[in-house]
Amino acid sequence: MDWEFIVQHIPLYQEAAWLTVRIGLLGVVFSILIGLVCAAIQYFRVPVLRRITGIYIELSRNTPLLIQLFFIYYGLPKIGIQTDPELCGIAGLAFLGGSYMAEAFRSGLEAVSPIQMESALSLGMNRRQTMGYVVLPQAASISVPAFIANVIFLLKETSVFSAISLMDLMFTAKDLIGLYYKTTESLVLLVVFYLLILLPVSVCGTLLERRLRYAGFGS
Amino acid sequence: MTETLLKIEHLVKKFDDNLILDDINLEVKKGEVIVVIGPSGCGKSTLLRCINALEPIQGGTISLDGEPIDDKSRSLSVLREKIGMVFQSYELFPHLSVLNNVMLAPLKVQKRKKEEVKEEALTLLERVGLKEKAGSFPRQLSGGQKQRVAIVRALCMHPELLLFDEVTAALDPEMVREVLDVILKLAAQGRTMIIVTHEMQFAQAVADRILFLDGGSIIESAPPEEFFEHPKTDRAKQFLNTFTFEAVKTPHKTIKEEED
Ligand SMILES: Nc1ncnc2c1ncn2[C@@H]1O[C@H](COP(=O)(O)OP(=O)(O)OP(=O)(O)O)[C@@H](O)[C@H]1O
Ligand SMILES: [Mg+2]
Repeated sequence: MDWEFIVQHIPLYQEAAWLTVRIGLLGVVFSILIGLVCAAIQYFRVPVLRRITGIYIELSRNTPLLIQLFFIYYGLPKIGIQTDPELCGIAGLAFLGGSYMAEAFRSGLEAVSPIQMESALSLGMNRRQTMGYVVLPQAASISVPAFIANVIFLLKETSVFSAISLMDLMFTAKDLIGLYYKTTESLVLLVVFYLLILLPVSVCGTLLERRLRYAGFGS
Repeated sequence: MTETLLKIEHLVKKFDDNLILDDINLEVKKGEVIVVIGPSGCGKSTLLRCINALEPIQGGTISLDGEPIDDKSRSLSVLREKIGMVFQSYELFPHLSVLNNVMLAPLKVQKRKKEEVKEEALTLLERVGLKEKAGSFPRQLSGGQKQRVAIVRALCMHPELLLFDEVTAALDPEMVREVLDVILKLAAQGRTMIIVTHEMQFAQAVADRILFLDGGSIIESAPPEEFFEHPKTDRAKQFLNTFTFEAVKTPHKTIKEEED
């Protein structure tokens, strides 16, 4: 193991990791927004829109991220939309993540039994109060495990970004291997940096899940 | 005592094309305790749900204090405040403590002061023997305790009418009593209640009037002594017979099974 090589190239990886984190975070944030909107449409059975989100969800869940990225990166310029690779990455991740988040939130909402809602209504609450005080808090906590799994899944999916010439961690590793043939060192750095990104998320997720369990759920 | 609180006229309820409630007429006076009995599927729960506008109705009128209840009414939540409902499956809010379960609606719906509501909630919980459970979560309670909390939660809204839908049906036998005792006390306080139950002894003890529902209609409406001693219709006789018959038959059956 060439430690000098490793130490020397840490800054390069740091930069790439920062790019991965940036795209990953923004991608997750937009996934959440798309997921919330789609879940609400499905839950409230909004006519027409419900069909459209249904098609989107199937499309997004049943095609690989790489192909979605190609469509955005090579397809959009063909219809005259200029694309910046970083924006493409975020858009691709959001397109993929939106459907996963939608499913997580929707199943959380649907896990709250209709009779819970009736019990709130029978106490004189209106629809808004029923959603806000009774349905959403329960749905949110039910969604947490799936939500955390999705965040980790999406961050892992960022490893295909090098395919649209984003200089992310994967790109950096491949580049270094090509230039110096230091395969082991480059891959060790790659794994370490991915772990540095994902482990904290994973640990936070576990803590959050545990906290919710102790807060009196699951009766 | 003779003032009418709830009035149901020509109520018709259908699910698709199935007629579930067929021309129900009922007047409930203030302070009256009505017990509704009848075979499974005859529409008892549906009747209670219609009164609370949880089900849309297809005909007739229901009014509380002279105000019509219908699911399109703007003041529906105001009317629902006046009607407390307790469900067979308790339906406490699992993410809230016992105290917050009780306080939620008085605070958010009636916008009452927190100190005042808390004091009342604790007093009510104490009356059903659950003051020390105020900080517990529903999953930490037994079925009987949950159901007593659910009753307190309804009471804290100061309802004029209480609806109970088989509130002991999901309970282990040893917990049935503690819940029925609470309801008996409420009856003694002069609360107006409509109770659906399969506990015939309890029905006899608590009711001012028994309604026997079958096939979507009220077949008999009579004071409990009269209904249980001298049921007028064959259907009611048959229904009451199934209860006594089962009571005699069950032990035999189990002995037989043990012999096999
Ligand atoms: N949401 C619904 N959609 C269609 N049919 C329904 C619905 N709810 C109830 N029913 C039907 O209406 C009838 C009356 O039901 P209901 O629950 O009021 O009976 P019940 O007297 O309360 O019976 P039980 O003693 O078993 O609780 C039943 O035949 C039932 O199948
Ligand atoms: Mg029922």
